[in-house]
Amino acid sequence: MLKMSRRDFVKVTGTGLALATLPGFIRTGFAGVGTGDNPYNFYFQRFGIDEDMIRKVMAEALHYGGDYCDLFFQNELSNSIRLQDNIVNSASTNVTLGVGIRVLNGNQTGYSFTEDISLASMKAAARTAAGIASGSPKAAPKSFNATKLMNYYDTKVSYEDVGVKDKVGMLQAINDDVFKEDPRVVKASVNFSDSEKYILVVNSEGGIASDYQPMLRISVGCTAEEDGRKENNYFDYSARDDINFLTEDKLKRLPREAVARTVKLFEAQTPPAGEFPVVLSAGSAGILLHEAIGHGMEADFNRQGISVYSEKMNKKIAEDFVTIIDNGTNPHIRGSINVDDEGIPSEETVLVEDGVLRTYIHDRISAKHYGVKPTGSGRRESFKHYPMPRMRNTYMRSGPHEFDEMIASVDYGILADQFTNGQVNIGPGDFTFYVKSGSLIENGKITAPIKDVNIIGNGPEVLSKVTMVANDMKMAEGGWTCGKNGQGVPVSQGMPSVLVSSITVGGRG
Amino acid sequence: MEKNVYLDLGYWVQKKAKQLGASQSALGINHSRSVSVDYRDGKVETLKESTQQSMWIEVFAGGRYSSHSTNDLRKDSLEKFLTNAVDLTGFLEKDEYRKLADPELYKGQSKVDLDLNDSGQGDITAEERQDRAKELGAYLEGKDERIISVASGFYDTHSESYQLTSNGFEGQKESTSFTHGVSVSLQGEGDKKPEGWRYYRARHLNDLVGAKQTANEALARTQDRVGAEKIASETMPLLLENSNAAGLFWRLMGPLRASSIQQKNSFLADRKGDKVGSDLLTITDEPSIVRGLGSRYYDGDGLAAKTMPIFTNGVLNNYYTDVYYGNKLGWTPNAGGSSNLIVKPGMRSGAEIEASLDRAILVTNWLGGNANGTTGDFSLGVAGWLIENGKRVKSITEMNISGNYNDLLANLIEVGNDPWIHSSFRTPTMVFDKVSFSGS
Repeated sequence: MLKMSRRDFVKVTGTGLALATLPGFIRTGFAGVGTGDNPYNFYFQRFGIDEDMIRKVMAEALHYGGDYCDLFFQNELSNSIRLQDNIVNSASTNVTLGVGIRVLNGNQTGYSFTEDISLASMKAAARTAAGIASGSPKAAPKSFNATKLMNYYDTKVSYEDVGVKDKVGMLQAINDDVFKEDPRVVKASVNFSDSEKYILVVNSEGGIASDYQPMLRISVGCTAEEDGRKENNYFDYSARDDINFLTEDKLKRLPREAVARTVKLFEAQTPPAGEFPVVLSAGSAGILLHEAIGHGMEADFNRQGISVYSEKMNKKIAEDFVTIIDNGTNPHIRGSINVDDEGIPSEETVLVEDGVLRTYIHDRISAKHYGVKPTGSGRRESFKHYPMPRMRNTYMRSGPHEFDEMIASVDYGILADQFTNGQVNIGPGDFTFYVKSGSLIENGKITAPIKDVNIIGNGPEVLSKVTMVANDMKMAEGGWTCGKNGQGVPVSQGMPSVLVSSITVGGRG
Repeated sequence: MEKNVYLDLGYWVQKKAKQLGASQSALGINHSRSVSVDYRDGKVETLKESTQQSMWIEVFAGGRYSSHSTNDLRKDSLEKFLTNAVDLTGFLEKDEYRKLADPELYKGQSKVDLDLNDSGQGDITAEERQDRAKELGAYLEGKDERIISVASGFYDTHSESYQLTSNGFEGQKESTSFTHGVSVSLQGEGDKKPEGWRYYRARHLNDLVGAKQTANEALARTQDRVGAEKIASETMPLLLENSNAAGLFWRLMGPLRASSIQQKNSFLADRKGDKVGSDLLTITDEPSIVRGLGSRYYDGDGLAAKTMPIFTNGVLNNYYTDVYYGNKLGWTPNAGGSSNLIVKPGMRSGAEIEASLDRAILVTNWLGGNANGTTGDFSLGVAGWLIENGKRVKSITEMNISGNYNDLLANLIEVGNDPWIHSSFRTPTMVFDKVSFSGS
């Protein structure tokens, strides 16, 4: 017999500081902190802290001077549930709670964290981080000023209110559809995961900001068999949204796409080797931007002078119709954030405007170094890590061409449809992305499918070879995670269909 | 907390889970302390120090299963956490294959002292760590006028973990790990800024390769990248540097797992006992190497770690079989995943092999790419050198190798005598014939 509802489950296991609230509460009112209407009371209670404790910890962090310090509190509740071999037979939950304390001394960082949010533990961690400086003590701020934020992912339902039984039924229905879709399917798996992350950032300049960051991901994988050959593929959705994101249409499309993407591989040919024109389909092809330019525009690499883009600011690097954005404000998109992990409001940052390099992606350290406004891009994996300049949602704006026009212009080349991963070397600018499936283009027509091919190029060279951009910009739908210096953060990307006139395709021949 | 405090807590959790209705449970408690120091161009860039702890528990109740983890180890929090973990399990569907290992499989752990813990770690001072990180970079001062930036770091971790199952397994381990490394950026041709690095890792501080050698190798590997460019596509031998060979072999670990076999996602399914590679392909999983980076006494299921041949003279001997998928397949579990991999060495050094090749590409760096474990197809980005008449004649980059693992393993034509001992994958230099390189 069940003794507790699902709602109770997550709440109680959350922190032992269970509070009745709705996410909507978090975005209401921004009266001054420290008044009776303190909008951060929810967070203060969640973490068992108050302003006086924060000031005492900051005083410890600034004991040896230092230019700046911040405290990053995080509580995250994650759940996942999995169907395999036709039964929903596994579930997991994870609870994370802690605070990271950072002290900056010029470009130098001292960092420590504790999972025990008591004054004594926080002071000990602060003293460790303080070791980066060696001057006289500085005072903590007398008061804290709320940071005004927008909400780019308003939600109505907490995952605490979504019953496990509902999830079980949802996974089973998807599984049934996968097997109905095609008799060649021999295995299916469905994974659903959700998380709710609560963060509070307070800094020695008196800034304070909080955010509730929901996330869901659902993926369907399947294996099909034909004449003794097996193929496997998947389809997934991810969003900063509540359970209502999963409409009936999406739940029907998941199994359909997963199966279609799998059985298509039976027809696929081995792709050719060498340099060819490549058309990238609209959507997750934005991985090209992420690797070819996004990382190279992160200002830490440029501040250190080690990016291939370090000397290209305000220079023309691509055709006039190429405009590239990194944006944290796209509603409900996976990489969006209301505020970054340094407490700076999110924004739209124009990396390349009409072919000209315009703005790096900044955190506090690099913004100060360059004497510019931070771009709200200081992100970290968790309280266990210090923030760095990171991408959010990276995409290219639509251009003047048509998809059909692009295909017609190619005598022999590749159309790349589905992507799984990419990588870049920042200094030389060499990057790759892996094409799970696509097609050949022959004499201006899409012909045989192809699969499993790595594409490799050089960032600035490839951007200069983007010769056509279509008017069909689309964001990726799946769950992308960007890794940098051992830290993973959720991101997304988007792309209109584009033609790269020549790039190395890692086929065989 | 003291060691016995963690074990006591583990037994308390186990008892509590049983009281709450778990018929069986497996749990682990981990505690670690890490310090990292990063220098850049002679100045501290970051200092980071942390202690963390966490607990995971697998709950088996009423034929159902779920797993949970938390970093809040206060008893009142854990009590609520467990109550709800057991309750959640009741919502799931029954799975007859979810059970703990047969306790017989817990027996027979290595009696060798693996010596995974450097007791001197606690005596390292903050100043020594900083000095070590700084020294690494300092070796390169003035060494090459093209240097843009040199980053160096020293990192060490001390970990303790405790593992219990309700059918009698109790394990505890303590280990240390030390890593130091250098990365270098040089001004190359045009806007290109080639980068290179060298990192070494060891269980004991004194086993780390010297700072000077580490720094010099990092610089040399960066200098090698200057002027690199692609060459025309060609099929020729692939000479794989020993420190880099693991990049090819870790992708085989997925297809070698029982989970992939059971889920029909492995190109190696139904091939146990078959010849899948050349006679030179002999790889053994060896968990009992003293101070080995992948060494262990037991795995995540509590199974005693034992030496296991994976390939012998090209024949596939074993799949990595954990308890759950072993139950599903009707196989006896052996290990959930790899420990240390040992490749049977050949007669010649990497340098001798290189000097004997007429025309080949030496791969020293990977760049992205992926493999399809279901079919064995792979396509991977590479950089390195074109070898002609035994000499490195041109630095190459921005190229791919593509093919199928079945062909690649069959085309293994030489193995060096120089295993890379600074990794749990102790791969020597290797040569694969007839590999398709794509470039311009």
